[in-house]
Amino acid sequence: MTTASHKIFSFHGGLYLDEHKSISTSKRIESAPIPAMLVLPLSQHIGAAAKPCVAIGDSVLKGQLIAKADGRVSVPVHASSSGKVIAIEKRHVPHPSQLKAECIVIETDGRDTAIETEQKGLANYHSLSTDELRQRIHDAGIVGLGGAGFPSHVKLKPNGHHIETLILNAAECEPYISCDDMLMREQAPAIISGLRIMQQALHAKNCMIGIEDNKVEAYAALQEAIGDSDDIEIVRVPTRYPAGGERQLIYSLTGKQAPSQGRPLEIGIVCHNVGTAAAVHNAITKGEPLLSRIVTLTGSGIPQPRNMHVLLGTPIDDLLEHCRTHKENIGRTMIGGPMMGYILDSTTAPVTKTTNCVLVTHQRDIKKPETALPCIRCGECADVCPVNLLPQQLYWYARSQEFDHIQDYNLFDCIECGCCDVVCPSRIPLVQYFRFAKTTIWQQERNKEKSDKARNRHELRLERLEREKREKRERHNRKKAALKKEPDQKEDPKKAAILAAMKRVKEKQVATHVSPSNTENLNAEQQSKIDEADARRAEQHKDKNGS
Amino acid sequence: MTTNTPQVPSSASVSNLMLHVGYALVPGTLAYIWLFGIGVLVQILLACVTAVITEGLILILRKRPVAQTLADGSALLTAVLLALAISPIAPWWIIVLGTAFAIIFGKQLYGGIGYNPFNPAMLGYVMLLISFPLEMTNWPAAFSLLEQTPTFQTSLDVIFNAGLGIDTVSGATPLDAIKTQLAQGLDIPATLISPSYGELFGTLAGVGWEVVSIGFLLGGIYLLFTGRIAWQIPAAMLGSIAVLSSVFYLIDSTQYISPLLHLFGGASMLGAFFIATDPVSAATTPRGRIYYGIGIGIFTFVIRTWGGYPEGLAFAVLLMNMAAPTIDHYTRPTVFGQGKS
Repeated sequence: MTTASHKIFSFHGGLYLDEHKSISTSKRIESAPIPAMLVLPLSQHIGAAAKPCVAIGDSVLKGQLIAKADGRVSVPVHASSSGKVIAIEKRHVPHPSQLKAECIVIETDGRDTAIETEQKGLANYHSLSTDELRQRIHDAGIVGLGGAGFPSHVKLKPNGHHIETLILNAAECEPYISCDDMLMREQAPAIISGLRIMQQALHAKNCMIGIEDNKVEAYAALQEAIGDSDDIEIVRVPTRYPAGGERQLIYSLTGKQAPSQGRPLEIGIVCHNVGTAAAVHNAITKGEPLLSRIVTLTGSGIPQPRNMHVLLGTPIDDLLEHCRTHKENIGRTMIGGPMMGYILDSTTAPVTKTTNCVLVTHQRDIKKPETALPCIRCGECADVCPVNLLPQQLYWYARSQEFDHIQDYNLFDCIECGCCDVVCPSRIPLVQYFRFAKTTIWQQERNKEKSDKARNRHELRLERLEREKREKRERHNRKKAALKKEPDQKEDPKKAAILAAMKRVKEKQVATHVSPSNTENLNAEQQSKIDEADARRAEQHKDKNGS
Repeated sequence: MTTNTPQVPSSASVSNLMLHVGYALVPGTLAYIWLFGIGVLVQILLACVTAVITEGLILILRKRPVAQTLADGSALLTAVLLALAISPIAPWWIIVLGTAFAIIFGKQLYGGIGYNPFNPAMLGYVMLLISFPLEMTNWPAAFSLLEQTPTFQTSLDVIFNAGLGIDTVSGATPLDAIKTQLAQGLDIPATLISPSYGELFGTLAGVGWEVVSIGFLLGGIYLLFTGRIAWQIPAAMLGSIAVLSSVFYLIDSTQYISPLLHLFGGASMLGAFFIATDPVSAATTPRGRIYYGIGIGIFTFVIRTWGGYPEGLAFAVLLMNMAAPTIDHYTRPTVFGQGKS
């Protein structure tokens, strides 16, 4: 352990925010009861939605596969408790769009009977190949539990790159959220075990854990779990939002910048969340798929904020009820932290693999939204931008919808961390403008692709019609010319055409002839036999015609 | 659609920013009033009333929220800056005309706060300087140099009944004196000890002016350390003035003004911390602000030294305002992940 003096590379900008984390870390992680109903969205990850492999009315057991992965960037979904499938339909899910999405709904039986799987956990996984490890991680339905939900098996494939460093993201920089902190305090050995498994899968030379310096207990727990190993380094980074942004953390620890629009993999670095590491540990050593996660229930609207170990698919309403939240006091419910989280309209939505925090704000704490004033170009936003963008210029171009210019100013490097929003004296919802610009550009590109295709099709059709017309005209002209010719002409044009065609065929035959035909180079005996047969045929032919 | 914006309390606001810029002006302004008379305060009040009335009227015409917009404080700040830039004994209609021009032509016609390419106060100042050179260059000397300090009544008389008692108080600014004397072939050391102008010059720069400048410097430092202005513009501007004036002073101290007089004798401090830093019309990229500040410094020095006016700050600011968009375009910072890793 070389933790004493690791150089920290300081990323540009960022904000020191009020943490509000201690309100939810005073109690140990509590297990949430099995809900009466589980709502399991088919898409809890980035990539293609899983395909259901159960039908309504089927009985399912805990851990049973209920939806299969669809393609490479996809993961399966498992039943998180035993019961009966009562519906496969669109339900409210936690998503910024507030749209409903396809879910498998299970009525639980309360017995929580687990399925007997053939794939047993392996305490000694060292014999497994990289691909076997990745397959097991895929089969367990593991995605990045930090919030983005990218399928972990994809991120564990080096793709020909030499992986120098595997970084475990333990920063948890958003205010209020404390699920990773509590996980580290209580299950540090599982995290370290998961880290070792991922290290093996990636053949990573060394490992680093980046943790914000405000998590003292978690840091100590990890230190203890690491013991004397010297290939895992825990580095404390300053508590400055967004220290836990993947690129920001990589830079803080290594001084390397993951290329813009590229992946950290390209600079030999892979970054995973601590929760993901613990899930990998469970999947490999115990053979357990991802069925639950830790969720922070916090905010002024929750009487006793806490962290809970929740079965995936548990409706958020059940959790709020469990925490004795007065529904009439709820001013706003958010999924995720106050910076990058999103507002949830319907609390019937379930906890999914990416639900790290349910942030409930009391009605009395909701402030009236302020009206935005014109930008005064003070540049505060540029000073705090961790990507070193010029939000004041991006805003200008987003407002005037100059989408070429806005891309020159690197709109697509924006990580939507929200720092610029917080410091803006004119209270301009900058990130909202940038999201709008991004989606509009994407839409335009899709439309352009579509219209390009349509135009191509149209042009091809016009060409075809033109060709057909031309051919028709030519045929017509030929016919006309033929009719005009005198019938007493020496040669019948039809016959001539046939002759010409036959000649062409013959020429073609000669041209395409590759091997000598078996009627060439015959000896006398063969020739006589053929002659005989020909004569016989001629006889028969004559008979046929005669009769 | 629900908008998802960060839900973190924040105290940042435009009116708050303007308010603190106002606080920062207090030491310099108090020194100015104390040393040059109550006329300064009268000019400030006249400017503020004019600014509020003008902006209010224009907002009504433009059908924009009046109270909310006036509350951002930017019109008042423009008014105060212009009032501080003109002579405390200028007739009342000078400041009224200048402020109205600054608000209407410098700001509202472009679309109000955030859209003006030029610093409104400096636009108003330059309009006045070109149109009314006589009234604009008639300055009082600091009290300590006068045999009789003007009373409140004298100040009002001077401002509202032009001409009355003006001879008793009027004089020239230190920079003006040197310029006039140089034009008449008298070199600087001679001016500094001349019977008619020598008493204008104090330990650092001009008597009275140096104290006012220090007051503005203190206010500027407050703004810097509370993060309300960026360091680049004042540092680059004062730095370039200091370097240029030092070089020329070392070459020939009889023909070129000393760096101290440059920094503390004119509007350098007010300009560097309060005028050049107006974010709307300045360059906005970190590197661009340095070039912008250097540009203002160079133009200020050039106009003071070789131009027709003793003080070149206003022209320098307007010239660099024009250059700001181009500077911004060529000084974009390297985005994270696009440079060398």
